[in-house]
Formats: sequence, C-alpha cells, structure tokens
Amino acid sequence: MQTLYNFATGPLLWASFAIFLAGSVWRIYSMIALARKKEMSVYAYMSWGFSFRSIFRWLTPFGTLGWKANPAMTVGTFAFHLCLLLLLLFAPGHAEMWDYNFGLAIWSLPEWLADTLTVVVIACCAFFAFRRLRVPAVRYVTTTHDWAVLLLVFLPFISAFLAKMQLGNTLFMTLLHVLSAEAVLIAIPFTRLSHAIFSPFTRAYMGSEFGGVRHCPDW
Amino acid sequence: MGIADRRIEDGNLMQAVAKLTPEKIKAAYELVTKGEAGARLSTYYQSCMRCGMCAQACHFSISHPDDPSYTPVGKMDQTMWKLIRQKGEVTPDEVYGMAQIAYTECNMCKRCVHYCPVGIDTGFITSLVRRFCYRLGVVPTYILDTAHSHSAVMNQMWVKQDEWIDSLIWQEDEARGEFPNLRVPLEKEGAEILYSVIAPEPKFRTQLIYQAAAIMHEAGLDWTMPALPGWDNSDMCMFVGDSEMMGRLKRCHYEMAQRLKVKRIVMGECGHAFRSVYDTGNRWLGFKDWPVPVVHSVEFFWELLTTGKIKIPKKFDKPVTIHDPCNITRGYGLMDKLREVVHMLCDKVVEMSPNREHTICCCAGGGIINCGPPFKSVRVAGNKAKADQLAATGVEYLVAPCHNCHGGLEDIIGHYKLGMHTKFLGDLIYQLMEKTRAE
Repeated sequence: MQTLYNFATGPLLWASFAIFLAGSVWRIYSMIALARKKEMSVYAYMSWGFSFRSIFRWLTPFGTLGWKANPAMTVGTFAFHLCLLLLLLFAPGHAEMWDYNFGLAIWSLPEWLADTLTVVVIACCAFFAFRRLRVPAVRYVTTTHDWAVLLLVFLPFISAFLAKMQLGNTLFMTLLHVLSAEAVLIAIPFTRLSHAIFSPFTRAYMGSEFGGVRHCPDW
Repeated sequence: MGIADRRIEDGNLMQAVAKLTPEKIKAAYELVTKGEAGARLSTYYQSCMRCGMCAQACHFSISHPDDPSYTPVGKMDQTMWKLIRQKGEVTPDEVYGMAQIAYTECNMCKRCVHYCPVGIDTGFITSLVRRFCYRLGVVPTYILDTAHSHSAVMNQMWVKQDEWIDSLIWQEDEARGEFPNLRVPLEKEGAEILYSVIAPEPKFRTQLIYQAAAIMHEAGLDWTMPALPGWDNSDMCMFVGDSEMMGRLKRCHYEMAQRLKVKRIVMGECGHAFRSVYDTGNRWLGFKDWPVPVVHSVEFFWELLTTGKIKIPKKFDKPVTIHDPCNITRGYGLMDKLREVVHMLCDKVVEMSPNREHTICCCAGGGIINCGPPFKSVRVAGNKAKADQLAATGVEYLVAPCHNCHGGLEDIIGHYKLGMHTKFLGDLIYQLMEKTRAE
C-alpha cells in the first residue's frame, strides 16, 4: 500500500494536474472556438463591465433573487465552495505538500479550523444529497451522473476526516483521499463539475446580454 | 408525473408525429444541436447542476407546486437534456411531448434567469427545442397556421393587401368624425415616423389604429403607415422555430422603412414584435444594431408626454396596477419609462409584487396563446400565480402595454373571476388627452 501511496502522491498526482490543466484549457479553447464559429452574437454582446458586475453580484450571498428565494441552498452552496477552496489551498497537510514539492512555505489553517471546515463540507454534501432525495423539483431531474459527481466530491473530504480522526486504516484513508481528489481533478473538465470552469463564462455572457442589450439586471 | 400524463390532442401534432421515423428525428437533432447550436447549448447542458433553484421562478411551477415536471429545469430535462442524453434517439411519442412542453408550457419569458447561479438561459433552450420540432413539422395547428400566413402574405393573419389598406382608410374615415382634418398618411416618403403594427390590429383590434392616428394627429407629428408588405411587425415564425422566415420578415420590415426613407419606426404596444426586431430576428440576420431605429410605444408615449406634445388635463382617477411585459422589461429595460408614463396618466398606481424585471409572465406570450383553443386551459391553469398577484392588488384596472399580455391576462381575469379590466397605454392616452383638434 505504501508503494501505491508513493505512486499516487508522485507520478499520478502530476498526471492528474496535467490532465486537469490540459483538459480545462482544451475545453475552454474549443468552446471559445465554437462560439466564434456559430454564435458571433456572444462576442458582439460580451462586455467586461457587465460580466464582472454579474459575477460579483452572484458571488454575493443573498445578493440575487435566486439566492434570496433559496436561503438554505445559498448557505449550503457558499459554505461548500468557500470551505472547499480554503481547504484545497491551506489545509495543513496541503501546506506540507506545497513546501515539499515547490519549496513554498505558505500559511496554513490551524488544525481545529481545518477539521471544522472539513465537517462543513461533509455536511453540505449531506445537504445536497438530502435535496436530491427529498426535494421533488431536484429529485425529478437528478440522474446517475449527478449522484456520481456528488459522491466523487464527497470522498476526498470524508476520507481526509476519517484519516485525521484515525478511524479505520489511516494509510488506506489517506490513499483514498489522494486518489479520489485526483479523480475529482480529472473529472472537472469532462463532467458536470465542468461548471467550475464554464460558469464564469456563462455568467459573464448572461451578465453582458442582460446589462448591455436587455438593459436590466440578471439577478 | 410528466408530459405523457397530460397529453392534449392537437390535429397537426398528431398528423406530423405519425409521419416520423427514427432517421428523421435523428437528422433533425443533429441539424439543430450540431449544425446550428453551438457553445451556449453545450456549456448550458454541462453546467446545469440540476439544483432546482429555478423551480420558484416559473409561473407554471408556482401554479403547479406539487408537480416538478413544470419547473424550468424539469421542462429542459424532458426535452433538450433528454435529446442530448439519448443522442436524438427518442420516439415519435416523446417528440409529441417535447413539442407540447416547448410550445405550450414555456413562454420563454426568461424569468428563470434571475434564479440560476450558473446563468443558464432556459428560454433559449426552449427555442432550440421548438426549432427541432419545427424541422420535423411537429408544431401545434393554430400557431403553425399563423406562421404559414407569414410565409404566404408576409403578415400573421392572412390579411390581404387590399384589406390592409381598406382597414386603414376605414379607421381614418371613422376618426374624421371626431377629428375633421385627420389623415392616416400612406406611403409618405421621408416621414419622421413610420408607424408599424401587428396584423391582429387590422384584424380584430382595429380601434387601436384609430387611437394611434388620433394621438399622432393631436401631437401634430409627421408620420406615415406603409401600404405594402412589411407593415406587420409581428413574428410567429420566430416562435414556431422557422428561423429562415423570421429573418425574411425582419428584413422585409426594415427594408420597407428604408424604402420610405423614414427617420425611425414607432411600433404599437406589442412585446413579441419587439423581441423579434431587437433580440432574435436581428441575430439571425447578423445585425448588431438596427438598420432603422425602432422605438417602442412606451418610449414614444413617454416622449410625447414629457415634451408636452400630448397634454393630460385630468388624470385617470381610479387606481390602476401595472403589468410589465417581459419582452420590453426583461428584454429591453423599459420598466422605469413605463412607470413614468402610467404615473403621468393615472392618479393612483398600486404596484404588484414582484414587478419590474422580475415580473411574472402573462402566460400568453412566447406563442402560447397562438397555439389556440386546445391549449387555453393549460395557460389559464398555469398562471394561477399571476391571478393571485393581480387579486392581491385589489384594483379594478390593469395597464399592460402588450397585445399578447392583454389576451392572457383577460383570460385569467375571466377564469379566476377577478373582475378587472385591462387597458393599453393608448386607450388611456386617447381617453384622457386634450383634444385641441377635435370637433
């Protein structure tokens, strides 16, 4: 298992980063090229000002009609994404990796805070699962794909938490953490998780069309 | 739950579906999703998180709270998302359901945009589903007939050339009883204003032409109306998915104005026609800007009232509420001007909630009312949300500057026994203005 762990944190990690980066660049490039070929109106209407106006507005909790109308979802979505990003960059374990791989001594979250944020992410995943099971509007449109990506995102956090709490085999849990996180990275450009790379563009376009053409807010 | 449980019989839908083969369906799917649509469809499909936040946006889902198949994402899931998931391999029966959803259960009012964090344009997706159905001929009978009328005579209502001119002269005649020197100038080259209407005006709302002529006359404007095709600014081809004809209609409209060398086009109180010249037809033609400026009635009336060309000696004294038509508010941002005009005409305005760009749709637009009697009950039941909103104002008069909105609102007012009356801005202005040139 140790060999596998070394492989997962070595070559496999670099391969995942490479697939994630190359895949994302390729997906974004091909969408931009496709828009240029088929939808010139997208280019004609795109505006930096209205794009950022819309992006910032939707990055404000309860700043839009959609967020106001769905308060639980607003708290869940913001908590999930914020904690996820903080942990990704500043989890104590990750800080060691930054240092080990790149010689970057970055600030890291205190242990207790990292644990708390991990629990928050796990709770948010449970909340999303609850919605998929119990909220009729969500259940009606949920597919296997949605369950798969939710499970995929859930795995790195639950395994990290169990490893930290030393529940189960710590090495196995850590390995699971690394492998599932790599799977998430690889999945981002090619699955529903691609909203991570596409939503800034879809948001920017909608902001531009509403701001510049429709002369009204898109929130 | 789903569209299969609420199938409504429609002559053309049944006939067209009977002729479908898997090959035809697949070919239409390929043409629309791969040939015509591009990055927007692809990113929307992949980025839609199926989170259901849009459920609270749509008047259909608000009116059917226990049925998720009416939510915007539910409707996309039963139509375009399903087509993509199954790579166009769907049955003729399923195409029937898709047509029924796209043509009769989504007004493409885009209210759901305000609820989607990712920025997905459900109205756009519906228009692609309609395009797919149109390529297969699977379009509800009544609206298809209006699109055929556009193709045959370049107007929506099978109005013949002589009938159009005759209707204008008839209204001129009528109006001269009240304003002796009034003219409806036809084909006047170089006029400041070209007034264009939708074909239902000469067909069955002819008094609106009388009122417009009276307002132009009182304001002393240099205006004209066209005698030749292109006079109808409406566009049912846009709503059935006949993009080619949509392009021809808009080109014809603009070229008619260019032929007459007018300074600008003023259009009647219509929402969808504005969408067609400003949002969809122009995109198809590749016009970023319009070849001849187009002014919507709301802006035009605002101009007449603020410059004092039309004076209102006494305002309407009963309380009114304002309905914001989606195509000119969410589509063009006329919320403030509309309010300013109504406040210049009426003493007391009771606002609906939500309003302005968050307005709840009339449920007639997007071509739904044009799908005719078989689907009337769908849009009346699907807009209990608006009926509740209207009832909550407690007022008797409702101002709505859009023909389709009038049709839809009158139907829910009748069905839910709200006892309200709808008014165009033109109705109020004609009724209230100072008539210095009348006899």
